[in-house]
Amino acid sequence: MSDTLATDPAAGAAAAGGADAPPKARRDWERYFRWMIEANVVVVTTLAIVSALIVGAILIIVTQPTVLHAWGQLFSHPGKTVSVTFFTVGDAYRDLFTGSIVDPFVFGHAVRTGQGWIAALTPISETLRETTVLSLAGLAVALGFRTGVFNIGAQGQVIAGAMAATYVGFEVHAPIGIHVPLCIVAGAAGGALAGFIPGILKARTGAHEVIVTIMLNYVILDLLLYAITTQPFQQPGQQNPISRTVPTTARLPHIFGPNLRVNAGIFIAIAVAIAVAWLLRRGTIGFSFRMVGANPNAARVAGVDIARATILVLTISGAIAGLAGMVQLSGTDYFLSSGYGGNVGFNAITVALLGRNRPLGVVLGAMLFSALDVGGRYMQGTTTIPLDLTQVIQAIIVFFVATPGLVNEVYRIRGRNVGQSTLTQGWSA
Amino acid sequence: MQLELTGITKSFGSLVADDHVDLVVKPGEIHALLGENGAGKTTLMNVLFGLTHPDSGEIKIDGEAVHFADPGEAVRHGIGMVHQHFMLVPVFSVTENVILGFEPTHGPDFIDRRKARAQIRTISSEFGLEVNPDAIVEQLPVGIQQRVEILKALARDARLLILDEPTAVLTPQETETLFGIIRSLAKSGRSILFITHKLKEVLALADQITVMRLGKVVGSTTPKETSESELASMMVGRSVELVVRKDRAKPGEDVLTVEGLTVHDERELTVVDQMSFNVRGGEILALAGVQGNGQTEVVRALTGLVAVVAGHIKLLGVDITNAKPRARLRSGIAHIPEDRVRDGLILTMTIADNLVLDIFDVPPHARFGSRNLGEIEQNAKDKLREFDIRASSPEVLVSTLSGGNQQKVIVARELSRPTKLLVASQPTRGLDVGSIEYVHRQIVAERDRGTAVLLVSSELDEVLALGDRIAVVYRGQIVGVVDPSVGREKIGLLMAGVTDSEDEGVAASPATVANA
Repeated sequence: MSDTLATDPAAGAAAAGGADAPPKARRDWERYFRWMIEANVVVVTTLAIVSALIVGAILIIVTQPTVLHAWGQLFSHPGKTVSVTFFTVGDAYRDLFTGSIVDPFVFGHAVRTGQGWIAALTPISETLRETTVLSLAGLAVALGFRTGVFNIGAQGQVIAGAMAATYVGFEVHAPIGIHVPLCIVAGAAGGALAGFIPGILKARTGAHEVIVTIMLNYVILDLLLYAITTQPFQQPGQQNPISRTVPTTARLPHIFGPNLRVNAGIFIAIAVAIAVAWLLRRGTIGFSFRMVGANPNAARVAGVDIARATILVLTISGAIAGLAGMVQLSGTDYFLSSGYGGNVGFNAITVALLGRNRPLGVVLGAMLFSALDVGGRYMQGTTTIPLDLTQVIQAIIVFFVATPGLVNEVYRIRGRNVGQSTLTQGWSA
Repeated sequence: MQLELTGITKSFGSLVADDHVDLVVKPGEIHALLGENGAGKTTLMNVLFGLTHPDSGEIKIDGEAVHFADPGEAVRHGIGMVHQHFMLVPVFSVTENVILGFEPTHGPDFIDRRKARAQIRTISSEFGLEVNPDAIVEQLPVGIQQRVEILKALARDARLLILDEPTAVLTPQETETLFGIIRSLAKSGRSILFITHKLKEVLALADQITVMRLGKVVGSTTPKETSESELASMMVGRSVELVVRKDRAKPGEDVLTVEGLTVHDERELTVVDQMSFNVRGGEILALAGVQGNGQTEVVRALTGLVAVVAGHIKLLGVDITNAKPRARLRSGIAHIPEDRVRDGLILTMTIADNLVLDIFDVPPHARFGSRNLGEIEQNAKDKLREFDIRASSPEVLVSTLSGGNQQKVIVARELSRPTKLLVASQPTRGLDVGSIEYVHRQIVAERDRGTAVLLVSSELDEVLALGDRIAVVYRGQIVGVVDPSVGREKIGLLMAGVTDSEDEGVAASPATVANA
């Protein structure tokens, strides 16, 4: 069947010699946009979000007694049915937005009176704060995926990073300008160690990284539980499983004053996102990672040491996830507790898929997920709709993004490359 | 069966694979469909077999218009297809494979094996398709597996048999046997449609020849009226040099020395068995043999992709038996891998990136861990011009290129490093005549530059055209090193494992039992 895929010879070699290439920076962006258009990324992602919101609306309708009751009166009071449905769904989505981005009324009030800025900016501050951590963890997973390595262990690496940062936080005494960088290094090192272990096991023994990283998640979680109930981690004089609190010199400073929790971790996330983008696009190591990810056979034939690349990428990936743990600890929590990190390591996988393993995509995906989380918590407080709804919406977005063929079918999109962009390679080692 | 195709057109996007193709196959006729890769032969056959649907055009069987929604319908209309890559269940017996999908039953729903076996015996003896109905398919040689495919089609009452590149995996002797079978099938009134790009076979076998180029039928002729060179120029659209022009080799000192090389496969079976040979600078040593006799593993051992169990590999006197692939590439081994898509290219990357796959991290392509994209692009532009790679831009994905141009990308990359030894494994497999000509010229040019060339090929024509010395491998051993002048017959026998005592330079193995 290869018979059918020859190029048009008339396209010829004539195009080869053009000397009028645009500047390189512009070329990079051009390429990126061309890729997005060709693979229908924007369209598919947008439609996935829209679809998820529609499904979410249906869920609200069928789970809210008031709405169901109104539907029971569809024939007697059709107007009421429509208005109750509309307002219930509308309120929910409005609160989702105002709770995560900005409430226009509160914001307007703040602009007019100069009062209440804190309240106006809290939603976006919270969203950004969560985005920071989730982006870092997502970048860690995405870098692995691009290399064909399934790092399912971000959760454990996040915890390992947080533990290392905590230890350096309470054990070392130094001024903030030294202490915070030390915590950053410690966080990265902790995560790197947690990534290195599955890396070396895979390279030396062929143990599949999916199994090893998943299992290591439990090991590290239990290590955390052990640590925070024993010295030196446990808070002195406490029976509860919580760690000592790190001093202010080990804390990432808040950027916009003490009442908004968005902190300097955001700069770490931006720096890492840029570094990962550079690595994949320009770095020789990143190029070898991509080779291994796209075709390990050809990479091997071309002289790339697959074992070395695997160890390296899992270590770097672990280090980035460790930074996520460090930012969460030094920027928000200041101490460890049981169940630390929540689901961030698993949401990271989702966010990496949502962002198609591209750094910018991962950051945007993390932003969307964080907004849904933050807004969902607000919505839970103001309406009778539970936080679970936003989790359903998150899941459905990913579901649609992961099955572009379905979106194209539902919305009848036609195009050259529709549904052909690959999210990840297979699961085989 | 009389088959008529009229005005068959099929396009994929902007590419017209078949453009108003007309074709008539008469009952009892052996009809050869000849064309380069990309000429539209396979698409046409897929249309005929119901695997894809034409945009327009008509298929008539014995004067009656038919329409195939799926291969099942094509089969019910008496069309049988033997694919290039066999569609057999390896762990099933011959009988089970033949009846798969239309099992004869008795009682409520029991497979009637006795009836099936009897049926296979009848067909076998009628056409000289000897095969044991109870043999397990994966244990059979390739030539016999092909017979099972043919049996399968005949058992389903095929009156038109399509054979897609049937000789690609056969020894010359097996090919002869196949031709005998095809002739007896034709004699029984069945029509044969034979797809190939090998000119000699067409002239030896066909009653009628149809030549396709770029989706169109460009000519129709018979073996009596035409010649190899005429067919070749019809296929390519210009006159082609069928003979590789090369001067006598001026061999220098030994570049590659292999002593007692032994390699195991994943199942710990010996696939390369104490093989010894040498390649001198400025000569081409052709490693000939039917696929699967250890050639692949020799190449993988030379390039460091598989562990050597015993023996030594020396490059210019330096032992590289245990060196890593990268070190070998750096020490001057260029490698054109057997499977270009699997091992030679990264299809999801651009041409420019593929042109630096094994030199991406050395100056001038990179400095201090940072890739120099301008240099990489410039390199690509130069190579596109120098190696005549037809692409709209170096920034397009290499997957969009035709097979011939993809292979040129690999050749361009491998020959752009300082080269002491070129290992070219099946370098023209699946390529069109024009690209084959080009790759052959490059290999000879590299030899004339003083490079030692190890050519691994299962195409006897290629081996004879390029080799200065020919080493024939059989079951992991070299059964003879001969001069190309000894002729096809002799080399063909060696490929089947038949040796005799007067051979010059016979390695380790004594006479081995001939293949079935």
